[in-house]
Amino acid sequence: MNRNPQLNKQGELQHLLTTEGLPISILRHILDTAESFAGVTEREVKKIPLLRGKSVFNLFFEPSTRTRTTFEIAAKRLSADVINLNIAVSAQSKGETLLDTVNNLSAMHADMFVVRHAQSGAAHMIASHVRPDIHVINAGDGRHAHPTQALLDMFTIRRYKQDFHNLRVAIVGDILHSRVARSQIHALTTLGVPEVRVIAPKTILPSKVERLGVHVYHDMAQGLKDIDVLIMLRLQNERMVGASLPSSEEYFKYYGLTQEKLAMAKPDAIVMHPGPMNRGVEIDSAVADGKQSVILPQVTFGIAVRMAVMSILAGN
Amino acid sequence: MRIHIKNGRLIDPRNGIDAISDLYLAGGKVVSVGARPADFQDYRVIDATGMIVCPGLVDLSARLREPGLEYKATLESELQAAAAGGVTSLACPPDTDPPLDEPGLVEMLKHRTKSLDQVRVYPVGALTQQLKGERLTEMAELRDAGCVAFSHADAPLANLHVLMQAMQYASTFGFSVWLRPQDVSLANKGVAHDGEMATRLGLPPIPVCAETVALSNIILLTRETGVKVHLCRISSAEGVAMVRAAKQQGLPITCDVAINHVHLSEMDLGFFDSNCHLVPPLRSLPDRDALCTGLADGTIDAICSDHAPVDEDAKLLPFGQSEAGATGLELLLSLTYKWAMHMNTPLIDALNTVTYAPAKILGIDAGHLTPDAPADICIFDPEAYWYVTASAIKSQGKNTPFLGRELPGQVKYTLTDGKVVYEHL
Repeated sequence: MNRNPQLNKQGELQHLLTTEGLPISILRHILDTAESFAGVTEREVKKIPLLRGKSVFNLFFEPSTRTRTTFEIAAKRLSADVINLNIAVSAQSKGETLLDTVNNLSAMHADMFVVRHAQSGAAHMIASHVRPDIHVINAGDGRHAHPTQALLDMFTIRRYKQDFHNLRVAIVGDILHSRVARSQIHALTTLGVPEVRVIAPKTILPSKVERLGVHVYHDMAQGLKDIDVLIMLRLQNERMVGASLPSSEEYFKYYGLTQEKLAMAKPDAIVMHPGPMNRGVEIDSAVADGKQSVILPQVTFGIAVRMAVMSILAGN
Repeated sequence: MRIHIKNGRLIDPRNGIDAISDLYLAGGKVVSVGARPADFQDYRVIDATGMIVCPGLVDLSARLREPGLEYKATLESELQAAAAGGVTSLACPPDTDPPLDEPGLVEMLKHRTKSLDQVRVYPVGALTQQLKGERLTEMAELRDAGCVAFSHADAPLANLHVLMQAMQYASTFGFSVWLRPQDVSLANKGVAHDGEMATRLGLPPIPVCAETVALSNIILLTRETGVKVHLCRISSAEGVAMVRAAKQQGLPITCDVAINHVHLSEMDLGFFDSNCHLVPPLRSLPDRDALCTGLADGTIDAICSDHAPVDEDAKLLPFGQSEAGATGLELLLSLTYKWAMHMNTPLIDALNTVTYAPAKILGIDAGHLTPDAPADICIFDPEAYWYVTASAIKSQGKNTPFLGRELPGQVKYTLTDGKVVYEHL
């Protein structure tokens, strides 16, 4: 288990499981490839035959709309056959184990698995047990990683800011439970962003988070100063039920992004959100729909980035 | 049966012996160390040239999974594993199904282990009925049935009033109470040490304060009740410091650590290695170093295997869903020996933590080679290395963080009651 399980012996991408430990050359290769596909998605005929004859299985053990749909569109634009399995309501509820499910689907000649699971490490486990010709893409595992989301965020940042080396990026919200934040942090630091900040109350920050290479802030005014890129995280309602936070009203007052707070960042700062948004909890509608928001372009870029990941994996 | 073990390096921590010396056994007892007794006729001679002869190991925590959990392991498989690991006495925690909370269950277990006649098994009784943390068990009856102490295993005991009553009741009879310090609400369904690795891997964390807050309660209640307390499987640097302070105050406290925690840290989780899913969690490197220091200065009295055989399917799950535990009986000696080599700890001191020290905690006459003591003996080859593989392990549990690793120290013979119960061919 010591070797980075997402790289093959040649150091090429075998699976995409996390952005942690991913060489900068591979990160850049994915972003550059995505750039070339971004044109495809704007053409009249949107299909290219890179994955013709291949079967991509979307294995979603957790509900998802956006991620599953963009993966499906990406695979179809590459001419793959796409099979969507909503496992939350099928075999697993009949007691079949995760590996049994995966083995059964492998027997149906799958070429690629796109996996979302509520447990951290689920995609790693699948990747370490599938046949060597099958590729696994992690579409979100527990609190651990969501690498394609982070990659599409990097793509978005590059589109709007060009260079990573002079940026200050702030990630605001529930870092503790966020696989998106973890993947973003690793991608940003690898790509050379000199200052990544996390801003949140202490109850939703994981311990030793500074060891990931970020600066910790608890106050929006201080944390947003001189910021080029703001990434707002979704605050899940269940956090209010436990003892993490007292109320969504108080959260919005101190950590929700309003025009007033946005003004504390650089005037040309962009605002991102991985979705789905809770308007009035972590972000005000005026900001979400405002001219600094790049939230909808993120979704669009998600298709090109996922096409890039799939085509690179299929080529290795 | 008369057995003459000759030319071995005899290490007997209790008696301070570390020398090439012969050992003579008869009638299930040690007869003589060094000099051949008059008219001793060898029935069998074991040539231990180049080997170490020490008391059979005493393990303070080995789950045998009977009754009720035979799909994980059986007495047959686990007692063979103990013998293969040089373990001749072991204490089994009460977390079977049903738990060891009634004399009949304990008697049945004693009867079954006696009929297998391999190693000595000392059941630890449940502190509360069904380990629910509500009503006390019939401790005196359980003691009469064969329980040597009372514990709550890893089951939560949230109600401090119940804990205090249990400690008071146990102290009435002079029984000792074994507790693994962990506050259930602070552990909050976590699966990994609250540190850098859990943050990176996104695993629900168990903070150190889950141990220290519980420890603080236990220490205060020990002072209040005067009961003898044994702390099981301490895991943190702060915990070690608290135990050290409590011992300095003269409280009747002893303490053990699991051998995996002496070697490993959170870093060994790597990419979600479920073999490293243990209870308590593997903590930080400074914590591990503090555990080693605690062993060296006597704050921690003993090392246990924390043997917990788990069936393989239960490990083939994402880390957080996988069952905690690792097989350990057959690794205890090798890992203790390896630790001694790394730390430059004299072997006699290292072996004390798995022989005489745990025997004292159990209150049994074992773990030493004084004439007339039970002839429980482990003979191992310190120069021989072995690979930890599923087929090399006799336990039904094949999972350990050390799977695939090479370990020093191969057990060659194990004797219980002067009878060879394991022989490495």
